[in-house]
Amino acid sequence: MALPAYATVGQHVWHWCYLGFCAMVLFFLVAPLIVVIPLSFTSSAFLSFTPEMLSFDPEGYSLRWYRILIGDCSDKTITTVCSDKWIIGTGNSLFIAFFATILASTLGTLAALGLSRPHMPYRKVIMAFMISPLIVPLIITASGMFLFYAKFKLTATFTGLIIAHTVLGMPFVVITVTATLVGFDQSLTRAAASLGGTPLRTFFKVQMPLILPGVISGGLFAFITSFDEVVVVLFMGGVEQLTLPRQMWSGIRQEISPTILSAATILVCFSILLLASVELLRRRNERLRGVTPG
Amino acid sequence: MTTATATSEEILTADGTPLKVSLQRSLRRSKLRAAALVLPPFLFLILVFIVPIGDLLFRSIDDRLINNVLPRTFAIYDSWDRETLPGEDMFEAMFLDLTTADKLQLGRSSTRMNYEKSGWRSLIKKSSRKFKKFKGPPYMDAMIKAEKRWGDIAFWQSLGAMKDELTFGYYLNAVDYRFDANKDIEAQPENRRVYLLLWWRTFLVSIIVTVACLILAYPAAHLLATLPLRTSNILMICVLMPFWTSLLVRIVAWMIMLQQQGVVNDTLVWLGILDDQNRLAMMYNFTGTIIVMTQILLPFMILPIYSVMKGISPVYMKAAQNLGAPPWLAFIRIYVPQSLPGVGAGVLLVFIVAIGYYITPELVGGRDGQLIGNFVARHMKNTLNWGLASAMGVILLASILILYWVYDKLVGVDNLKMG
Repeated sequence: MALPAYATVGQHVWHWCYLGFCAMVLFFLVAPLIVVIPLSFTSSAFLSFTPEMLSFDPEGYSLRWYRILIGDCSDKTITTVCSDKWIIGTGNSLFIAFFATILASTLGTLAALGLSRPHMPYRKVIMAFMISPLIVPLIITASGMFLFYAKFKLTATFTGLIIAHTVLGMPFVVITVTATLVGFDQSLTRAAASLGGTPLRTFFKVQMPLILPGVISGGLFAFITSFDEVVVVLFMGGVEQLTLPRQMWSGIRQEISPTILSAATILVCFSILLLASVELLRRRNERLRGVTPG
Repeated sequence: MTTATATSEEILTADGTPLKVSLQRSLRRSKLRAAALVLPPFLFLILVFIVPIGDLLFRSIDDRLINNVLPRTFAIYDSWDRETLPGEDMFEAMFLDLTTADKLQLGRSSTRMNYEKSGWRSLIKKSSRKFKKFKGPPYMDAMIKAEKRWGDIAFWQSLGAMKDELTFGYYLNAVDYRFDANKDIEAQPENRRVYLLLWWRTFLVSIIVTVACLILAYPAAHLLATLPLRTSNILMICVLMPFWTSLLVRIVAWMIMLQQQGVVNDTLVWLGILDDQNRLAMMYNFTGTIIVMTQILLPFMILPIYSVMKGISPVYMKAAQNLGAPPWLAFIRIYVPQSLPGVGAGVLLVFIVAIGYYITPELVGGRDGQLIGNFVARHMKNTLNWGLASAMGVILLASILILYWVYDKLVGVDNLKMG
């Protein structure tokens, strides 16, 4: 948006101040992420830009911290702890997030389908309950679950964590699928039924393909929530349940080595990938519903 | 078929039932089907989420533990005048209770009794060892001889505050008050007051973060909403990317930026603004918590404001200027009021999330950046004072639910959008 030709000098100054301020805000948002990426390729053990890095000397850059990350401890010059904990943590995180996502997507889709039916009783109250895990602070959820699950010996088990993460991911699926169903044409299912489709077949052949983008983007939200979750894991996880965020947490608390930065860089790339998929799904959904993307 | 009751004027369906009955039946069936779909996830949620939270609520007022351990003492406690040292019967009851109690329960309840009056735990621990040598009644003199604190009336009086099975004591403790011996409310002694300061700090941090977010978000959202779609979509990535990045990654990034030898300090020294000796301390303190929380919560402010601003037609501003208003007046009188719903949503959302924060202050807060969430965690994991942790959690939850209710009234929960 440019200023009109008749703008005064004061208006020009004001306009540039405004643009400068906005640029600073946007920079403030991404700056930390941008700084992390080059620093993870440093060859020194210090967490600041070395003169070699600033002069783009290839000597200043290396992949040694990534090697440590994947448990390759052959580099003897490095004094920081080197173990396969990062790999184990990633494996555990993927395992928990996978099952939590499946459960959350299934249960959340069921709930959204029920809540979007025209004659659902107590819709508002139930919706509030379904979304409540998003509202309750994680620290309270974790405390409550920790004390309660201990009674059933579910603390320090993968089952307990999967259940907990399912609860945290479900609201996202409910929200996205409900949003997809708002524009859903009910006459499509009626048409399918009148053509002899059983309810189950109608659902999988007609309804499911149309709400799939909502289910998947909700599932992605649930996945990233579980993959990124650390409070519940800190409370409920035992020694066995070492997840990636937990490994990162203990890394941050002990000493921040460039290894953490390389893990962080990989996670940033991962989240860009997820962001792109959600955006694509959103556009597809809007195209299907006849809304122009925007 | 019960068509006999139907009169001839009624419309009948093909199988002869009145239309009304048939419609009602199908409505009921439709309701049942919807309920059947919602039931499994709803029950799951109740069992694994709502019940644990309810359990937390109950724990914050539950005080049965001491009653299980000291049944005899409490049975005759009310007959004591609470001003002079209790008689032989109380001493005997206490002796029998302590010697017959389950070891584990006794240990836990002595910890609980220590919250009420410090000294109980060591008194019980030391006494249990010496009590084993006692041969029989009378106990009073022998107990005082073994541990002279049994002769201290203050210990006996403090039992009064622990007698009931339900207590609001934890709630009082959570705001720096306590019960005295007669179950009257009194302030904690000076040196034990921490929580009011903590609540105040949590509130203050949330307010500062909310205001900072609003100041930063409003112009940015305005720019995003007024730019052409293609440009704004690209800039939107700047808002959405941090939103999607792991919380811990963002915190690590900030630690790198803000530490003493970090990027920000290095840059400032390089530019000559700072001396190498007086690098700013921006991490592990109050400032660090504010900066990091502001960046983390900023997308929560920008997104709702942006989505409201997107719907404001530029025509009104032009009309106002056409009628002679200078741009700033038109902006304040015309544009700002229209954007208020988004501002309200963003402010409440950021405040609600900020008030329950735990991870960020724990990692970057140092000592004076700790919030109430950190103390809930501490009492949960380290001091094991679960009653107090629960009470603090419940107060926190209650305040959030009130704010959430306001949010629902103002904006509607259904308008909750992500990305």
